[in-house]
Amino acid sequence: MARNLLLHAEPWTSSAVRAFKTLSKDSQSGQRPLRVAIIEENGIRAAILVDGLREAGILDVEVIETMTNMLRRLSTIDPDVIIIGIENPSRDVLEQMFQVSKLVSRPVAMFVDRSDGSMIQAAVEAGVSAYVVDGLRKERVKAIVDMAVSRFNAFDRLQRELLEARSELASRKIVERAKGILMRTRRLSEEEAYALLRQTAMNEKRKLVDIAQSVVTAASLLEK
Amino acid sequence: MSGDPVSRAGSADDTPSTTKRRRAPERLVRVGFIPLVDMAVLVAAAEQGFAEREGIRLLLMKDVSWSNIRDRLAFRQFDVAHMLSPMPVASQLHLGSNPYPCFTPFALGRGGNAITLSLELYRDMQALAGLDGSEGALANALALKQVVEHRRQAGKKPLVFAMTYPFSSHNYEFRFWLAAAGINPDTDVTMTVVPPPLTVDAMTARAIDGFCVNAPWNIIAVEKGIGRMVATKADIWPSAPEKVLGVSPEWADENPETLSRLVVALDAAARWCDARENHTALADMMAAPAYLGVPSDLILQLFSGQLTVDPDGRVRHVENYLRFSGQSANFPWISQALWIYSQMVRWGQVAYSEAGLAQVKAAYRPDLYRRILAGSGTSVPLHDSKVEGLDETFIDGRSFSPDDIQDYVDGFSIRAAANAAVDE
Repeated sequence: MARNLLLHAEPWTSSAVRAFKTLSKDSQSGQRPLRVAIIEENGIRAAILVDGLREAGILDVEVIETMTNMLRRLSTIDPDVIIIGIENPSRDVLEQMFQVSKLVSRPVAMFVDRSDGSMIQAAVEAGVSAYVVDGLRKERVKAIVDMAVSRFNAFDRLQRELLEARSELASRKIVERAKGILMRTRRLSEEEAYALLRQTAMNEKRKLVDIAQSVVTAASLLEK
Repeated sequence: MSGDPVSRAGSADDTPSTTKRRRAPERLVRVGFIPLVDMAVLVAAAEQGFAEREGIRLLLMKDVSWSNIRDRLAFRQFDVAHMLSPMPVASQLHLGSNPYPCFTPFALGRGGNAITLSLELYRDMQALAGLDGSEGALANALALKQVVEHRRQAGKKPLVFAMTYPFSSHNYEFRFWLAAAGINPDTDVTMTVVPPPLTVDAMTARAIDGFCVNAPWNIIAVEKGIGRMVATKADIWPSAPEKVLGVSPEWADENPETLSRLVVALDAAARWCDARENHTALADMMAAPAYLGVPSDLILQLFSGQLTVDPDGRVRHVENYLRFSGQSANFPWISQALWIYSQMVRWGQVAYSEAGLAQVKAAYRPDLYRRILAGSGTSVPLHDSKVEGLDETFIDGRSFSPDDIQDYVDGFSIRAAANAAVDE
């Protein structure tokens, strides 16, 4: 999967620039709590991330779920950090936004932490990209990104396990049905039916579940 | 990079069979791409045996954004990538977030871009300017100018136009076309970014009034009855490089021979792509879900240059709408990199400077192209730079001399205000 981490130092749209100037002073002196925007279409993944941020004591979190009005919402939210999944095509839209804001404000977009190879690697693999506004301390950023990485990984693992569990359950059901069909039509015991499926799979060098599926399909054709 | 031998076994014109012949040590090259028709050369190299003949296994990896293409190249998840022609230039100039300096030794072809306006907007232009549908790109832009003025007087909101990336041929072409008719893209309309696969939906939802994007999205908008194609890349500047092969410098340093073999393979693949008799096979390859996932008939129509431009069925034939090899389409002209730079300066993305010039020249590497393909059947231009816009003219009729970038930029009556303020 496409994976990457970006730490980005820049304000948003022109309308947000005024607010940003006061804001960055505040955040440097630690007066305003950290504000994070999450751009994420998958509600579950967003929720997991919000939870993680809460646990880390970051309560000021906004989730943007659709691309419609994304830029306007970002300028309203005026976040210190933007977290966006790398598979989200809206990354290119953000790129334009940083480019435009550069005209009215300060330049420099850079990797705050290019030197930390393992952190980048982990983020890349987890598919996290985060854009971070100037003026934040590096350790704080790192903590957020680390959290996002572990949450994204946890989410992926969950998804994978769910998928595996589902397909395993489905396979088992198919094999059960195929056994039942063989028992009925060929008058076999359950053990014999299973042995027949397994032997056929081995002979044909195919998966047991595929053979079972063929039996089920064939039977359904014959029934009609 | 060291001078390395390049296998010429069976090169030149013979088309390799698609079957496997050689199981010699295989070099894996990971290629990032965005699903667009202009990636044809990469698909042909992978599917038609051109890469295999050079001992390369091309792993084509689909992605969703140009930002990802750039970053995954930087993080060594790709070795090379299908890139917008301005991307290596922007990267060398340290523009954009994570500007990872990369270069191109080989352009992947020309053409394919077009500007499509919403049918509603086009009908307004027809009503106001009396267009009968047969007009050229400049007349269409002038009609649009009338609508823009009319809307301003009526107190309506500015039109919203989309392109795909700030450092894209689409951005510069759309702006060039607008400005040629006296429309200032920064003040008369709103320019925004919409990722290519979302352009048609965004227009359907009336979120945008027009877009500039590569094939097949323009023709899809027309076929859906929502868009009217009003200009193609060929109308604005036919010579413009569209996509290029972006190369990671670290990878190139470590794998000089693989890079050479790759360029040889792409050169042969590009010639194969240009031959009309191969278009059906090429369209079939590209239609696969792993690549474009659109009907092969549609791709074939694009190769033919027979474009349906209006939902009313009007068809326009565009000569060389897509060109993959001919007319030195693969040569990375320094003058074309500099033209891109001139547009970046024009629109205030960067200030003109001598240092910038050197950086831009590092982005396009005709020296590598020349060295790798010297002595092959491919004709290699004698110079790295030329005056652009003489044979194939720009829509505004001016030519571009790479020695006078600042003069060229100053000669545009419409340009970003920021440009006037920098470096003076």
